[in-house]
This record gives sequence, C-alpha cells and structure tokens, in this order.
Amino acid sequence: MSATQFKSPVVRWIDHRLPVFSMLHHTAHDYPTPKNLNYMWNFGSLAGLSLAIMIVTGIVLAMSYTAHVDYAFDSVERIMRDVNHGWMIRYIHMNTASFFFIVVYLHMFRGLYYGSYKAPRELLWMLGVVIFLLMMATAFMGYVLPWGQMSFWGATVITNLFSAIPYVGESIVTLLWGGFSVDNATLNRFFSLHYLMPFIIAGVVVLHIVALHRFGSNNPIGIDTKGPQDTISFHPYYTIKDVFGIAVFLLLLAMAVFFFPNAMGHPDNYIPADALQTPAHIVPEWYFLPFYAILRAVPDKLGGVLLMFGAIAVLFVLPWLDRSPVRSARFRPLFRIFFWLFFVNAIALGYLGGKPAEGIYVILSRVATAWYFLHFLAILPLLSMFETTKPLPKSISEPVLGSPGRVA
Amino acid sequence: MLKRLFVALFAVTLAGPAMAAGGDVELQKRDWSFSGPFGTFDKAAMQRGFQAYREVCAGCHGMKLIAFRNFSDLGYNNDEIKAIAAQYEVQDGPNDDGEMFVRPGIAADRIPSPYANDNAARASNNGALPPDLSLIAKARGNGPDYLFSLLAGYKDAPEGMTVPDGMYYNAAYPGHLIAMPQPLYGQDVTYSGDADNSVEGISSDLVQFLMWAAEPKMEVRKRIGVAAVFFLGIFVVVSYMAKRRVWADVH
Repeated sequence: MSATQFKSPVVRWIDHRLPVFSMLHHTAHDYPTPKNLNYMWNFGSLAGLSLAIMIVTGIVLAMSYTAHVDYAFDSVERIMRDVNHGWMIRYIHMNTASFFFIVVYLHMFRGLYYGSYKAPRELLWMLGVVIFLLMMATAFMGYVLPWGQMSFWGATVITNLFSAIPYVGESIVTLLWGGFSVDNATLNRFFSLHYLMPFIIAGVVVLHIVALHRFGSNNPIGIDTKGPQDTISFHPYYTIKDVFGIAVFLLLLAMAVFFFPNAMGHPDNYIPADALQTPAHIVPEWYFLPFYAILRAVPDKLGGVLLMFGAIAVLFVLPWLDRSPVRSARFRPLFRIFFWLFFVNAIALGYLGGKPAEGIYVILSRVATAWYFLHFLAILPLLSMFETTKPLPKSISEPVLGSPGRVA
Repeated sequence: MLKRLFVALFAVTLAGPAMAAGGDVELQKRDWSFSGPFGTFDKAAMQRGFQAYREVCAGCHGMKLIAFRNFSDLGYNNDEIKAIAAQYEVQDGPNDDGEMFVRPGIAADRIPSPYANDNAARASNNGALPPDLSLIAKARGNGPDYLFSLLAGYKDAPEGMTVPDGMYYNAAYPGHLIAMPQPLYGQDVTYSGDADNSVEGISSDLVQFLMWAAEPKMEVRKRIGVAAVFFLGIFVVVSYMAKRRVWADVH
C-alpha cells in the first residue's frame, strides 16, 4: 500500500516516514473480512472497548484512592461522596468489570461453537486464554482494593490456594502477602499489580489481533474464504456493525451503572475489612463462580487447586483435543448437542459455585466438574474420530446465493 | 492458621447464617419512595429519620462518613445546617499550645461517633460492637427491607428457644439472637407536626435516612441515568439504521 492514497499532504508526509496511517488503514479499513459474520462476532470489539473503559476509569480512580489498610475503605467512600462524579466513575469501573467478563465469556463460547481455535488459529486462541487468565488475576486484585470484608476474605482464601503446592507453597503465599498474613503489604502490591496488568493485557491484545489478521476471522460456516467474492472490507461494513454493537452494550451498561450499580456486587463489601470476623459465606465475584465450584468439588486441597487451574489449562490444549477437520458446529450435529450440554453445565457450575458447599450441592458440583473435563478430554477427541459431519458448502458465497432466505 | 482458613473456605455454612437476609428470616417487603428508576428520597421523612437517629440510635451507633454539610440533601438550608452542627461538640487540635480542645461543630465536620474507638464501644456493650450506620443500608442484603424488619422484629422467642443473657430474640436477624436491645417501642420520638411515631413510622423514617446516608448520590445518579438511557436508546436506533443502510448492498 502506498502512502499516496491519503488526501492530506501532512498525513502523506508523516506516513512516508512513519507508516502508522498505512498500518491503521490496513488493519481497520481494507482488512478483508468474511461477509457472513453474525452478531456473535461483535464481542471481540466489545471486549476491547471494555478494556479501554477499565483503563480510563481506573486511572482516574487511582488519583483519589489510597492503598493503605487504614485508609483504603474510606478513600473509596470519599470517591463515592466527595469527588466530583466519583460515584459514577467507580460504578462504571465496577460494572464494566462484570460486563467485560460477560462479553469475554460470550466471545469464548462463540469460539468454541464455531471451532475458531482450530488450525491455523491455535495461537490466536491460546493468546485469548492468556488474556482470560490475566483478566482473572487483574479482577481478583481489583476486588481487594476497596478493603471491604469480601475483599479481605476473598484475598485470604484465594492466596491460600497457593499453599497447596508441595514444598514451595508456603513460601509463595508469604511472597504474595509480603508478610505472614493478608495485610498492608498485600494491599500495596495488589494495587501496584492491578495497575500494571491491564497494560500487559493490552499488549497481549495486540498480539491477539496480529494473530487474527494473519488468517482473518473465522466465520459461521467455518470454511476458509476462497477469494474476494467471499469477503468485504472491514470498513465500513464491520465498523458500523461494531458501532451498533457498542451502542447496545453501552445502553445495557448504563442501565446497570445508573439503576442497579450494586446488583453484581456483594453487600458484605460495604463492611470494612475485619481480620477477626469471618463472613458467614465467602463467595468470589460471580465471574469466578464456575471455577470456584470446581475448586470446592474436590475434597482434597491440592486436588481442588490442580483441577481449578486444570480447567483453564485444558483450554490451552483444546486445538489438539478436538481434531475434527470441520470447524463450525453447524456441520457437526453431535458436537452441537454436546456444545449445548457443555454450555448448560458451565452455567450450572456458576450457580453451584454461589451455593454453600453442602449436601446436594457438593454432589452436583462433582458431577458438573466431571462433565466439564469429560467434555474436553473424552467427548471432543471421540467425536473427532467417530462423528459423521454434514457436507460442507464449497464457499461462503455459495450457500448465500443458494438459499436467499437464509442469512448465513 | 492456613489450615484453619482453608477450612473456612470449605466450611459448611449451615451453622453460620448469611449476612444477607435469607434463609429462615422474615423480611417485610415495603414500597420505598426511593425504589425504581425514578425513585427519590422523601426529605421530610429523612429529617424525621435524622431526628430519630440522633435521639434513639446515636448513643451507640456512629455515622462517621456523614458530614453536616451533607444535610443540604435533607432539605436543610445553610443556617439550619450550621445550627445543627453547633449542637455537637467536636474535638479539634492540637492548638498552638499543643493541646486538643473541644469546640462546637461546623458544617464541614463529620458526625462525631459516640465512642473513641471500637474497644471503648465493645467495653460499653457487653463485648458487642454497634456497627457504624453510614453504609448499613448497602451492607446488608435487601438493606431497606431488612433494616425495617429488624427494627420491628423484636418478639418473644419461640417455645423451647433459650435466649442467653444480654441477647434478644429478633425475627429478622440471621440466627435470631441479636445483642442490640429493642430500640423502638413507639412514641420514642416526639415529631413536630402529626407524623406517625409508631414503631413502623419511626422505622420507615430511619430507613429513608439510612438509605440516603449509604447512597447520597442516588437521586442524581438516576437522573443522569434516565438521560443516558434515553440518549443511548436513540444511538442504538440510529446506529442500527446506519448499519442496515451500509449493508444493503451486501449478499
């Protein structure tokens, strides 16, 4: 691409020496995109927007926040009461964190359904899992900062998980705490890391996009684009579609922020942290609940921790567990059934993670945990061997032309 | 200690009642003026609630996040706020001689707490700590209904339940044994005018006041919210029409 296509001479002059405009033009304008993407492909841009909102509101919050056990809680209330529009900035930060996870979970389920993790997009998928892990660490540390009861006890429970590691576990926990209990040093290092990690996420997002643009987006049919007749330029088609997605996203976010700002939080976090009083029911934020359920399903501490991390580790190797050459669930009738079973199972795990670990809930958690791993480790490999898939269309254009009534 | 903490993680939580209302506690659902997307606080009720707080609750419960200047939200003007603040004694200092001194409160002061510290509070209350009420309406599940039910929830313990000394039976409190003696019996506060000062009336006023204290920006939040949702609703429609138009030539 030559720089001469830009109208402004200033842009041309800069672009000749520093081709940022060509690069942007290439990634967000000309970029050929399959023309049959459905609305499930909107969640990537929404995740990017969420990250941007989190970074901007977070930087502003940090200007009025005090990372000290004696002042953190009151400094947050200072933001809520005395900082101009501080309540709005904090509620946007709190609720966008939840929306970020909603959007990313939908993005991941879309990838699972349409086989977006398959060759040649394995690294793209794995970078996504890295982003997901970094998000979880960031969100966990952010939840500690207001230093309420759930902040403190959540931090205590989760950091204690690392003590299950043989030999070095206790040392790792001491390192995480910066001492021998969750205290001021812990709060300070969590604040430091909570500020750092979003920028690391942004870096991995860049790699994620580079990997995406290498082969372009997957699509609902899951076959490769065969030529210009299968693609449209990213701009204006997908830019305007993303703008519409962003509008819907912001509308829902505004409803949460302005009318139900605490619905996704826990009342106990409006009680200042008290190391001498354990809350009756320690629960993490909702987006951790499926993994929390897996953790508690195992009666052994180390086993629970391993399984919880294993639940994410299994996503890393997913491209090699599902060897079926057909990507999209549209042409895999059995896979589709198991996908929805997996989806329901994941929701069930989330529900069970929020329930006390007793009676029927423990048994159900164990069944759901077993199913989670069975899906990846047994069902997907077996399906790729024995499933009879439906015939694939020859190209993206063909089914669109062949059946005009159906929006692919 | 690690082991104990981990036990807490796996603990069967049946014995420990959840802080959030639920389980076997009885909550009275009420229609609050501040509920819903257009809900607002009732200023007259908040003023009465503050009076009731001051005369009934403030002996044990502080509200350290609330400053007198915040009372403009209750409908008081500057002179009234100054007069209210001046009725309190506030410790200030050190002065030029290095001494702490007591002076009348000013609008910028926060409401002084009844005890110097938590230990003093426990020492005066048989070891129980009366919580600060600044955020109480948000720090409990279904806060407003819970607080109302709690204040009206003192009853005789059911047959066969022993209530230890210094504890009281309360239908709304998780676990039903509460260290706070019954605070309201009706006619506890003399309101100017003919406002209802039954247990329900005073409780309702207190809930208005406490909800405001926990979420003082609620009214402006909802006001901006209505405008934001209206604007974004139009944005959704316009961007959808634009998308349709741009995509008209694809397929």
